[in-house]
Amino acid sequence: MLTLLPIDVLLISACTWLAIGVTGLAAPHNLRFVGKFLFPLGALVGLLAGLTALEFLGASPEVAVLAIGLPNLPFHLRLDNLTAVFVLLLGFTTVGISIFAAGYFRKGEGTAPGLQCLQYHFFLASMLLVLLADDAYAFMVAWEGMALSSFFLVTADHRHAEIRRAGYLYLLIAHVGAIAILLSFGVMTSGSGDYTFDGMRAQAHTPFWASLAYLLALAGFGAKAGLLPLHVWLPEAHPAAPSPVSAMMSGVMLKTAIYGLLRVSFDLAGAPQWWWGVVAMGIGLATAVFGVLYSAVQSDMKRLLAYSSIENIGLLAVGLGLTLIFHSYGMEILAALTLTAVFYHCLAHAVFKSLLFLCTGSVLHATRERSLGKLGGLIHRMPWVAWLALVGVIASAGLPPLSGFVSEWLLLQGFLFSPGLPHPWLNMVVPVAAAVVALVAALAGFAMVKFFGIVFLGQMREPALKDARDAGPWERVGLVWLAGLTLLLGVLPSTVIGLIDAATRQLLGTGLADKVDAHSWWMLAPISPARASYEPLIFLATIVAAALIGRALVRRLYHGRMRRTPAWDCGYIFRGPRAQDTAEGFSQPIRRIFEPMFRMERHFPTSRDAQPYYSVKVGDRFWYWLYLPLVRLVNGVSTLITGLQGGRIAIYLLYSFLTLIVLLLVARP
Amino acid sequence: MSISGLFWQIFAIVMALALAPLLTGWVNQCRAWLQNRSAPPLLQPYYMLHKLFHKDVVLAHGASTLFRSVPVAVFGCMLLACAIIPTLSTDLPFAPAADTIALVGVFSLARIFISLAAMDVGTSFGALGGRREMLVGFLAEPALLMVIFTTAMISQSTSVVTIVETLAHRDFVIYPSLAFAGIAFTFVSFAENARVPIDNPATHLELTMIHEAMILEYSGRHLALIEWAASLKLYAYSCLGLALFFPWGIAEGNSIGGLLLAIPVLLAKLTVGGGLLAVIETINAKVRIFRAPEFLGTAFLLAVLGLLVRLMLETRV
Amino acid sequence: MNADMPLSAQLINLFASVILLLAFAMLAQRRVLTLINLFALQGLTLCLSTLVVAFTTGQAHLYWSAALTLLLKALLLPWILHQLVRKLNVKSEIEALINIPATMLVGIVLVMVAFNVALPISELSQTITRGTLGIALAVVLLAFLMMITRQKAITQVVGFLSMENGLFLAATSATYGMPMVVELGIALDVLIGAIILGVFFFQIREQFDSLDIRHLEKLKER
Repeated sequence: MLTLLPIDVLLISACTWLAIGVTGLAAPHNLRFVGKFLFPLGALVGLLAGLTALEFLGASPEVAVLAIGLPNLPFHLRLDNLTAVFVLLLGFTTVGISIFAAGYFRKGEGTAPGLQCLQYHFFLASMLLVLLADDAYAFMVAWEGMALSSFFLVTADHRHAEIRRAGYLYLLIAHVGAIAILLSFGVMTSGSGDYTFDGMRAQAHTPFWASLAYLLALAGFGAKAGLLPLHVWLPEAHPAAPSPVSAMMSGVMLKTAIYGLLRVSFDLAGAPQWWWGVVAMGIGLATAVFGVLYSAVQSDMKRLLAYSSIENIGLLAVGLGLTLIFHSYGMEILAALTLTAVFYHCLAHAVFKSLLFLCTGSVLHATRERSLGKLGGLIHRMPWVAWLALVGVIASAGLPPLSGFVSEWLLLQGFLFSPGLPHPWLNMVVPVAAAVVALVAALAGFAMVKFFGIVFLGQMREPALKDARDAGPWERVGLVWLAGLTLLLGVLPSTVIGLIDAATRQLLGTGLADKVDAHSWWMLAPISPARASYEPLIFLATIVAAALIGRALVRRLYHGRMRRTPAWDCGYIFRGPRAQDTAEGFSQPIRRIFEPMFRMERHFPTSRDAQPYYSVKVGDRFWYWLYLPLVRLVNGVSTLITGLQGGRIAIYLLYSFLTLIVLLLVARP
Repeated sequence: MSISGLFWQIFAIVMALALAPLLTGWVNQCRAWLQNRSAPPLLQPYYMLHKLFHKDVVLAHGASTLFRSVPVAVFGCMLLACAIIPTLSTDLPFAPAADTIALVGVFSLARIFISLAAMDVGTSFGALGGRREMLVGFLAEPALLMVIFTTAMISQSTSVVTIVETLAHRDFVIYPSLAFAGIAFTFVSFAENARVPIDNPATHLELTMIHEAMILEYSGRHLALIEWAASLKLYAYSCLGLALFFPWGIAEGNSIGGLLLAIPVLLAKLTVGGGLLAVIETINAKVRIFRAPEFLGTAFLLAVLGLLVRLMLETRV
Repeated sequence: MNADMPLSAQLINLFASVILLLAFAMLAQRRVLTLINLFALQGLTLCLSTLVVAFTTGQAHLYWSAALTLLLKALLLPWILHQLVRKLNVKSEIEALINIPATMLVGIVLVMVAFNVALPISELSQTITRGTLGIALAVVLLAFLMMITRQKAITQVVGFLSMENGLFLAATSATYGMPMVVELGIALDVLIGAIILGVFFFQIREQFDSLDIRHLEKLKER
């Protein structure tokens, strides 16, 4: 009797995804076949992978060796609890996104559907392989596969120069990151030539080399995740991609970078130094503040979400840094607390950000409009999308009782109990960092209110919006799945923590589960109930009950009469859609308060303008401080080198000849 | 969870519902006296609620379901907040449902709901109010969290009940950091409750309003619920402040004697607090909206300073 | 922990914190008159804190210095400054070189620096209130910051005086006071300094018709 180990099931899932992709090529233009058959099939495979990971969690690691790859260097694969948490994330998020995608792709939009199906499923399979890889070679192959397939997906609509440019930038930074990752792996082998992760674990790294490996990994994975200052591709690539792809990239792909960072810093690079955590925390704080401020001032709905993803990645880096600090001082309970927060936030963000990106996809299809300034009032035409987006918005704003709040709560608890660090400076800096995290969380609420309020509420800013249609049944199912997961992650924190605890224990040796499990299943009390507790289910139930009883009582004791009239608005006559706040207007306070953070190009109307208008463009300061000088430098160097290129064949032959002579002279036996 | 605990919990909620408009009325009365006006009756807020509940709801054409569900949702949030803040006794069956961090979350949740509702009809003033409310909110929320951090560090707990028990029922100790936190908390609660330096609850001057601008389109029972929720919020903030900084008098168990003593103590504290609120409102002028960040930034920094002082002075061995 | 500190030490800590709070309030203040009042309040708190130290340790000369503080810093100097403001017609709004929230942020960083720098020093001290050393240092640094970021000469004087408050706090709380001679000397210095500065104000205004210190930038050699 053949028994299938979980790792085999995952391998089969990856292969099935590849097969589904290749099948898509058979009928590249058959939208019905690709959309209504292949994508749902992919979703089923995702469900299978997710369930397998769920089943596996808590078990001991499994390994497999695939005899493909280079001679003497087969693919080593390993399924452990850290991997399983991220496979869980990948699988369950994929279900929602793939089902949504089944109804999303339309005729005549860029790349043929069959080809997109191949790229999409190749993307999924390579992400799964990244998580499973147990040697540097397999990891890098999968990593590059992930980068390339997502590049093609981003540039699906390649007829627009702007999208091609975004794709190019993405590919460039992805490769800069890949080089750093490769170097990091190189450092960790310590010249032993053993590229398996087991070999790296076995090496005794000196602090210097371990730190170098960590910093390289931070740069490499940071480039993929969108940490400052390598974030610039993210707000370009996410809006350019089709919405399911944005959802996949933001929800899942960014998390593979977090996975890589966790793998290197806790598993491969040896014992962490305390300052590793400080570096990660510093970069994370900067990234989070930057992300949330820019997110609040965007006027393109997908860019807004992309910047919000940067913010969330920043928060993850803060959590990671705090974990490293606690871990390096041997404060394992607190480390377990913050690491749990990191895992939880990975899961929560994957789900709610995919949900929000998919909602923008539906809006985009219904209105062909991405600019917030031309949307509005869609709750009347697209109630499904609007109400489901509201779930994502509340979670994304980090509000109880949904998923974003749980991880924020855990993280703040970690900060709160930081005093006692044996380092006086850290002791003072860490609580102040908590203040910054609190500010970021509050600003995220601002950005999300702006997103939801401008897109779905108010009057329709353009007459064409009247024809907007709600999402189709496939799209609805996908959205409902993700919204449901958001709700579950929000109200059942103890259960989820019980699941991911295996990974925490694997990395740190201690977990939270025994503490969390000691209380009722609806209560989350990571240290002890007297110290801190949170019961989202009771929380939700109380609000709902109070609201319902209040409503019923009012109707019973008084009445439920209602009539409709035009809006009052203090009696002002100008009540058209133009009198509403624009996206720019809404974020004006942020631009004003944090003015030095932005690079603004503004045009103010004057009294002599025949057609007065106001416009503001917010640019990324990093682009002007870092990237443009770099581009100029590269251009300058290239111009110098162009001089070598005379165009005459004789000259080129001379170069080769000279090189040969020099080599002959230099190279001696 | 005992039966008597549940009874006192429900009693506390009912008392919050009943006392909240009274507190608003008391503050209005004090303000009127201080400003040499003849004061409205103490029970005016109740008459107002009764009147509004009787009236028909007049809904704008563009209002969606969200607009209609927000008043009850906000009301529910505020009720939950009142349920978990200890007013009479620390034996609250609902208290473990949310610690102080989650309490901040409840207030933000209500704020987001009401800001969204303000944007729903699509009028210029609504969006203006919503935007300003979020501006005040994102500045006030971190400050409030920092205040809570300071108190939580003293008691090594974020649970409101434990904080009260630590501060009220152990040896009397002066915590200088609490002074900072207390001032920061006062700033925040003025901003959060639409009080004078930031907003004026009595204004209907279009360009200066925040809270009033958001609820312009509400009428009838919706408006009544929102006004009630606003009173509950003031009550919740007052009780939170009393619980964190003046917790003496809150009963620890639910012995009848302790509870019977706690009621007059609470009333006295609220009376004094409401009077002080009116005094501060009267001697201050409303600041420009763009001074609000400065005001709240100061609160935030004070709270952070409290945290640092706590670390410097009070955590030595 | 805090709980086993005697009440007097707790009171001294409280007063030290209030002094720090007032230093911050001065940093955030826009109006000159309020600034002077805050300074007077700081002097008063300092006097109270000195009284508590004197009472606890029973050192008689500390009563004297408390009285001196009260007289000089809470009454006399504020009165002189008030007179100056009235005579010089100083505009009530203070223009800051850096905006106030940014100044406050820098202030927070300074407090952290001060606390951490003072930590090893205060470990050497034997007194029970050695924690206030960090606060005293922070007050000094904050006063310095105020002198740097403000444009009016009069705020610089207040900053200077507040700095001296910080030093005095360090002396009384961390080491239970300096010798009386030193204290008298410092007090006299401060008084003379303030008076000389007052004279300077009149001269500056005569010369430039304003008290803006930017005018002094012209006084360089070309």
